This record gives sequence, C-alpha cells and structure tokens, in this order.
Amino acid sequence: MMVPTMADMMAQGKQPEVLFWVGAAGSYDDRAKKISRAFVKILHQAKVDFAVLGTEESSTGDAAKRAGNEFLFQMQAMMNIEVLNGYEVKKIVTCDPHSFNTLKNEYPGLGGKYEVFHHTQFIQNLIKEGRLKIDDTTLKGKRVTFHDPCYLGRANDVYESPRELIKRLGVNLTEMKRNKSTALCCGAGGAQMFKDAEKGDKEINVLRTEDALETKPNIIATGCPYCNTMMTDGIKFKEKEAEVVVKDIAELIAEANKL
Amino acid sequence: MQYLPNIIFALALAFGLGFFVMNIRKLIRNINLGKDVNRKDKKPERLKNMIKIALGQSKMVKRPLSGFLHIIVYVGFIIINIEVLEIIIDGLFGSHRIFQEVLGDGFYAFLIGFFEILAALVFVAVVIFWLRRNVSNIKRFLSKEMKGWPKKDGNNILYFEMVLMTLFLVMNATDVHFQQAGIGNPISQFITPLFDGFSAEGLHTIERTCWWIHILGILVFLNYLYYSKHLHILLAFPNTYFANLNAKGQFTNLDSVTTEVKLMMDPDADPYAAPPEGEEEAIPEKFGASDVADLSWVQLMNAYTCTECGRCTSVCPANLTGKELSPRKIMMDTRDRLEEVGRNIDANKGVFVDDGKQLLNDYISPEELWACTSCNACVEECPVNIDPLSIIMDMRRYLVMEESAAPQELNMMMTNIENNGAPWQYNQQDRLNWANEE
Repeated sequence: MMVPTMADMMAQGKQPEVLFWVGAAGSYDDRAKKISRAFVKILHQAKVDFAVLGTEESSTGDAAKRAGNEFLFQMQAMMNIEVLNGYEVKKIVTCDPHSFNTLKNEYPGLGGKYEVFHHTQFIQNLIKEGRLKIDDTTLKGKRVTFHDPCYLGRANDVYESPRELIKRLGVNLTEMKRNKSTALCCGAGGAQMFKDAEKGDKEINVLRTEDALETKPNIIATGCPYCNTMMTDGIKFKEKEAEVVVKDIAELIAEANKL
Repeated sequence: MQYLPNIIFALALAFGLGFFVMNIRKLIRNINLGKDVNRKDKKPERLKNMIKIALGQSKMVKRPLSGFLHIIVYVGFIIINIEVLEIIIDGLFGSHRIFQEVLGDGFYAFLIGFFEILAALVFVAVVIFWLRRNVSNIKRFLSKEMKGWPKKDGNNILYFEMVLMTLFLVMNATDVHFQQAGIGNPISQFITPLFDGFSAEGLHTIERTCWWIHILGILVFLNYLYYSKHLHILLAFPNTYFANLNAKGQFTNLDSVTTEVKLMMDPDADPYAAPPEGEEEAIPEKFGASDVADLSWVQLMNAYTCTECGRCTSVCPANLTGKELSPRKIMMDTRDRLEEVGRNIDANKGVFVDDGKQLLNDYISPEELWACTSCNACVEECPVNIDPLSIIMDMRRYLVMEESAAPQELNMMMTNIENNGAPWQYNQQDRLNWANEE
C-alpha cells in the first residue's frame, strides 16, 4: 500500500495537502491498523495528496495527560510540535478522536497550531467537494447504530459528520437511547484503556454494548480505535459475534466502495 | 408603644440581612482561597450563557418532569419576592398592603391573584419533589453520599417552602378586608371557610401571626442558604457566567510544567546553574492539587454552587457500573473540606493552621480518582455548568507528579511512551509496518 512519508515528500521538494496522523493504536494495534488501511484506501480513491510521519510520529501524550502526567505530555507535545513545524504542516487528519482532541485543542497553547480534522469530517468534506462518492447499494438495508466517541462528541461537539456519512451508506441508522451529548462512554478514555477497571459490579464496555444491542443492529459503527476495541470485546462478552460486527466508519465506506 | 412592631421588624430585618452578609463575605473569602484563573474574557458569550442556562434554565428541562417542576418553584420564588417587598415596606412603616393604594385595586388584584396561584403551584411542585426524594426509588437520591445531613438538608428546604407558601395563603385567607373586597383571592377564598367560626379579632390575630412568621421565616431561610446546598439559587448565576468556554476536551496545559519542560529541552541550558538571585529559597510550585487551596477559585465556587441533584452521578459510566466514583461526591467533598478550612481560619484569627488533613485521602480516595474515564458526561449534564472532571484531573496530576502514585499499569504505559513513543511496548521503527500488512 502506498503510504508516503513526510520525509519522502520533503526529499522530493513536495508539500502534501494533508498529514495523516496515524496515532499509536492505528500504527500498532492489529484491529486499528485495519482502520488506518481502510482510510488510506479512501484517501487514494479520492486522490488526496497525503503523507504520514511514519517512524517520526510519536504518542501525542493524550493518555499520559489524562493519567495526570503533565510532564510527559508536554515533553511529547513539544517533540511532536518540533517535527510538525519542521515540516511546515498546516492540515492534519486522524482516525483517533484522542489525537484529534489533543492536536486541535492542547497543542496550540504549546506552539503547535494546525487545522485538525477527524477522518469523518475530512471524508465529509471530500464528498462535499465532489472528490468522493459513497456507493449506497453495497450495505443497503443493514441496521447500523453509531457509538459516539466521547472525545469527538462531548469533548468537541462533533455529532453530525459521522451520522451523515452513515446515512450515505444507504443503511438504516438507529440511535441508542443514550446518544450524542448523552452517549455513554465505552470505558477506554482517561487512560482507562491501559489499566484494569476499579472494583465495581460491571464493565463499562459491557453496559455500552447492551445499549447498542437494544437497537438490534447488524453493525455497530465507531469512529475511534479505542471504542472499537471496547465494543468488540463487549460483543464477545455477550457472545454476539455471529450477529453483530463492530466497524469503523472508514471501514464501512471502504467496504461500500469495494476498496 | 405604637411603634414597637415597626422597631422589632426593623431589628429583625437588620439582624437577618446583617448575618447573611457576614456569611456571604466568609463565602467569598473561602472561594478566594483558590488559585487565580482568568475568566474575564469573552464577556458577551459569558453573559449569554448565564441568561440561557441560569436564568433560562435551559439545561434543567433536559429532564422534563423535574425541569418543569423546578421552573414552577423557581419562577414562584422570584416573582413572589415582589410580595416580600410589600411586606418589608408594610413592616417598616406600619402600613397595610401598601401596594394596593399605589398600584390601584385592579392591578393589585391581578398581582396578588397571580401570586396566590403561583404559591399553590409551588406548594404542589414541592410536595411532588418531597415524594420523589422520600417515596419514589430514584437512584440518584439514594446514593451513599446522600445519607444523613444531605438528605435532611434537601427535605428541610422543601418543608421551608411548604410552610412559607401555606403562611402566605392563610395570611390572605384571614385578612377580612381583603376577602370582603373579593379580588385577587383565587386560592385563598377556598381557605377562608376553614376559619368560619372565628371572631374578627381571632382572624386578625391569625393574619398577623402568619404575616410575622412568613417574613421571619424568609429571613431564617435566607440565612439557612449558607449552611445548605440551597446556595445554588444565588451562585448558579456567577457559576454559569464564569464557567469554562473552551472545548470540553481541552484540558489546561500547566504553565509551571511548560517552564520546566522548555528548560529540559533547551540544549543551551546549564543543568548546574544556580537559581536566580533572591529565588534561592523559593519553594517550587506544587503540581496538581491535594487540597482545596491548590484548586482554582472557579472550582471552589463550583463546590458551593452544587445543589447535590446528582444528575452528574446518574450519567457517570464509572458510577453506573458500581465503582466508588461519584462526581457529586467530588463536589460535596470539596465544599466540605473548604468549609473545614474556613472554620480553621476563623478559629485561628485569620490564618490557616495545619490540621494534618487534606482533600486527598481524607475526603477523596485515589480509587475514586482512578475510576474516571474523563468522558465529560458529568460536565455536560450539570444544569449549572459545574466541572467535576477538572478537579479529578488536578488531583490525578498531584498523585502522579508529586507522589508517583499512579496504578502500576499506568506507570508501565507511561514508561512505554517515554521509551517508545507509544503506550505499548513496540519498537518505534515498526511504526509504519501497518502500511505493508494485509
């Protein structure tokens, strides 16, 4: 798969239209890597001139910051900003709402000012500009419910971009009882992804999966690699793997367009 | 002797208001124990928020039943204060229903009639609130932190309101002239028959008694506010005005850390440099918060504004799955500790004397703090824009940066970020491998 790096681009004296910030999950997590690849296929189909940092990318520091380690966060932020500013990056797109939030809201105060998009916003713009079309026949008739990632939804008030893309797939979008600003967290945020939960009577991802299953979906759509992991685990816990799949919106679009 | 009631009234009023002002000054002093944070910007946006959220109750009505009932009590509370103004003037000058002369019979009848209807509606709403708190099994009113005083406090407020509304209506019902005029008494006319057997003198005594208890009750209630969760009726306004306007996902970047990090990353910095002259003895700034004085004044105002409705806790994913964390308890603990610090200052002639306690551990446990997913559901839900998450984050910062007391798994995650630039133990050189796997 053709994934140019900023270093390649610079060597050729080129400046891409947008930097794809892959994020740690999108780079290393087996499930999330598929999302990265699906998104790259979409970028290729829409002929977007993009590049990644590759081995020069490092953790945004989001997880460290939410865990309370402001030192580590700012070290990461300053290093990344140095790299990004070195390449004169103006526009960034990412499939990870945590990277999206941190780059968009927390980097400017430390000297990193970029125009940052979540991939659902970016794809929506591609459609508006006529650079991409979504085939609404492949997935026609499927029941889809969308789980709002906290760091996209409540944290940044982005509720409509993912939903508009889902509607373009020709599927039936059914909302959970807790949705948009009242959506329940998947349980991964605030660095919870990297530790066991405190003592309680249930796992948060199981509770959220129950919300989703109430809508009797064929597909649970997500827009965050961590939500994806949590919901996938929830579906396994509920032994519903045969009936329900968890897919990122980028994967659904790639599938619809047979990429 | 004929001026005795006026004098007693004036004294009661002065004492009631004076005590209230004294407590409010204490409240402001306590809030100012917090660190400074600039909330003087974007005035139009702040004003708009206050009008929409505090005055307009826009977030209350997201839960329609309690929102609707709350609006009745709220509107009743504000509008019936016009009647209180009349009572104060009457009390000070010995007049009787002074507004009737000033405003004319027709308009006065309309006003008092409207107040009576409001009073009756408030009474009904308050009874429903009482039933919700004491009879229905509404989970957020039954949480652990709502046992004891918080439960009593909630009920006390409802009893106060029931009694005040009853006194207002009985006062009107036993006012013979008022009833004979037969205007502005849409509710009290149905109470009058209960007093059929009474002499004119007896009725007058009841009317006067109700009048006195009503106004004294209001003064007592005013002073009860400071000791109660009910302070929200005042603080909801500044609290929504000064609330955070940035994206909810944007956490503050600690300036004290920025300075240190810049120094660490500066290749020209001299690691053995002596501190600048005059700063040799300076105590380095504490990272994060372990006690109330480490929080900002906005966070402390948040704590006093909280009315313990528990909407935050009822949407908290950690709380919903049985964890110790309750965002409401975070706010209640912060306020209780702040009150304790305030009493300490009062007892020690204006200086805080170390009491060996702090907000962390003595009130809020690390277990509660680590259960938070930082999902912002509590912040979104609060009808008056309180931000429990910011307190949780500041306390996590203290645990990690001052105490190195993060859960072991998080320490491993952070070590990985430091060493490999990712929360997992993967090689940085493998970061682009995903592009060629399929």
